[in-house]
Amino acid sequence: MSDERTPILETRKLGITFGGLVAVSDFNIKIFKGELVGLIGPNGAGKTTVFNMLTGVYKPTEGSVLLDGQVLNGKKTHQFVAAGVARTFQNIRLFKQMTVLENVLVAFTKDIHYGMLDSLFRTPRYWKTEKELKTKALDLLSIFHLEDKADYIAANLPYGQQRKLEIARALATDMKLLLLDEPAAGMNPTETAELLDCINAIRNRFGIAILLIEHDMSLVMNVCERIQVIDYGVTIAKGLPEEIAKNPKVIAAYLGQ
Amino acid sequence: MIKNRTLQGYILNTLVIAVLLIVFSFVKEAFGKAGDFKLIIAPSIWQCCYLIILAASLNMTLGFLGQLSLGHCGFMAIGAYAAALISLAAERAGVFSDKSGPAFILVLVGCILIAGVLAAIVGLLVGIPALRLKGDYLAIITLGFGMIIVNIINNLPFAGQEGLALGSASASLYKNGLGFGTALKVTYIWVALAVTMISVAMMFMYVRSKYGRAIRAIRDDEIAASASGINTAFYKVFTFAYSAFFAGVAGALYACSNATLSTASFAFANGGILNSTFVVVMVVLGGMGSLTGSIVAAIIMFIVNYQIKNGVWVKLLPLWLQNIFAFPMLVYAVILIIVIMFRPKGIFGIYELSLRNFFSDMKRQRQNRLAQKQESKEALNNE
Ligand SMILES: Nc1ncnc2c1ncn2[C@@H]1O[C@H](COP(=O)(O)OP(=O)(O)OP(=O)(O)O)[C@@H](O)[C@H]1O
Ligand SMILES: [Mg+2]
Repeated sequence: MSDERTPILETRKLGITFGGLVAVSDFNIKIFKGELVGLIGPNGAGKTTVFNMLTGVYKPTEGSVLLDGQVLNGKKTHQFVAAGVARTFQNIRLFKQMTVLENVLVAFTKDIHYGMLDSLFRTPRYWKTEKELKTKALDLLSIFHLEDKADYIAANLPYGQQRKLEIARALATDMKLLLLDEPAAGMNPTETAELLDCINAIRNRFGIAILLIEHDMSLVMNVCERIQVIDYGVTIAKGLPEEIAKNPKVIAAYLGQ
Repeated sequence: MIKNRTLQGYILNTLVIAVLLIVFSFVKEAFGKAGDFKLIIAPSIWQCCYLIILAASLNMTLGFLGQLSLGHCGFMAIGAYAAALISLAAERAGVFSDKSGPAFILVLVGCILIAGVLAAIVGLLVGIPALRLKGDYLAIITLGFGMIIVNIINNLPFAGQEGLALGSASASLYKNGLGFGTALKVTYIWVALAVTMISVAMMFMYVRSKYGRAIRAIRDDEIAASASGINTAFYKVFTFAYSAFFAGVAGALYACSNATLSTASFAFANGGILNSTFVVVMVVLGGMGSLTGSIVAAIIMFIVNYQIKNGVWVKLLPLWLQNIFAFPMLVYAVILIIVIMFRPKGIFGIYELSLRNFFSDMKRQRQNRLAQKQESKEALNNE
């Protein structure tokens, strides 16, 4: 797959070791604008670890991460976000004591230009910004049908909606690349179907690149254009969904569990 | 009718505070027996004022940012000594001679501001390395800071261990500095009230803006906050310094209401009112994440402390209880345990006491009552 465009995300020989344990090694991936790529593998294969390296939570011990051609090695998590990477977490991490609306507003913080004096004196600029952001946040929430729950405390939402809120919050950071870590985990089939609709809606509306970790094979096979499989931190297959489903190495990795 | 609910709230709060102040200025001499106001109530208001600022400012770190800091009184000590020393120097330089007139007010305002700024700078210097740590480790390092700062002040040649006044008679805060004696405490009571209101308002505006949202997000989940684009290190250090600023301001008010300063009163556990544990108790009691809660709790804890030490009823208690009361720290510890057992969120939890909600609740209740009356009437008629 040779492509002349600059990929949104590119990794070169990315790897990390914890003490003696090689969690991920020689991980290479290219994702282009508008693409939805799946990252799968058995439990403990190193998928979440890859996400952590792509967001600066872990510092890779080898290789580099490029976003839109710009090297992000050694940057902090919030700098990754500023460059355009947003993510959700496998075990939901919401701001539990804050409202649904505030959860989204927090993600706008880096783009808010009013300063200390504006907040202290409640200048027109403050009111204007806050009002605009509220409209924008409600708009994002409405993609996930959460707008009438804006004033709920996040912890009180049902599980499926908490997952959706996490995606809404990630979208609010105005990203180019969205990383979704098992968004359908723990959802029933109806919720999963709704989630699928949401993911499609996001793609149509924002035209961003998405990297998706998922154990639900039917979901992965349905939505992903390309799939990359890792096992014990090593990439064992890359390709189209149909190819992956037939790949003997992949079948062995999953059956050998 | 004003549509904007937030604006409605602001206007209501301002009106209520204004009315309270006006009523207060008319009836202040009528409190209690003749002379009570001057001897008991005015000094109490001064104490309450700096306790309120102290509790509210610690709440920013403890409640809103979610970082356990046990050295808050260290910042207060810095503010108190800075204000006292500057006022003494200004008097020596002849900037003011008696405590009246614009020159004195200017010195006073300058002292309060510099006290805050100095505390904030130290807060910045301490916060940058300390806030890399979390939880117990941060608690230990801030605890250490509180102790170190007291020792540093003790060893400063111009501040001194015995307190500012005792060493040299020429340096009494009442006589030469910004200290207010009994009469002046009444004259300048507006200073305490104004500084407290401005400080609380500044903290309120802070926690209800993008800054407040960011720090509450850090409290709830630091990793998620940074994954949402928040520069967690910046917001943590900035908030720590901001809260240190107000601890410094509280220290300046403390210096205003005392004839002498002694570092012993800022030590970690001194049995008095100004130790970092006492402040933590106030914040926990009021609710971590509620500024109005801190205000209420500061007043409650002031009354508790005052009653334990001066209450007539204490003499009627069995001897063993009186003995316990001789160590107020034990009482604060018991209060802390009781709060954590029965109401871990404190009085208000993370919510603010809101006059607007209070009034709209009353209105709703009245409407409910009317509706019920109507219903029961109809029920009677039907029978
Ligand atoms: N901070 C860490 N320290 C040490 N080892 C780690 C650390 N983080 C991850 N690992 C190890 O790296 C390996 C990969 O873990 P990871 O969480 O990435 O798996 P995963 O593919 O996301 O699995 P799952 O499907 O269960 O979510 C595991 O063996 C794990 O124990
Ligand atoms: Mg995982």
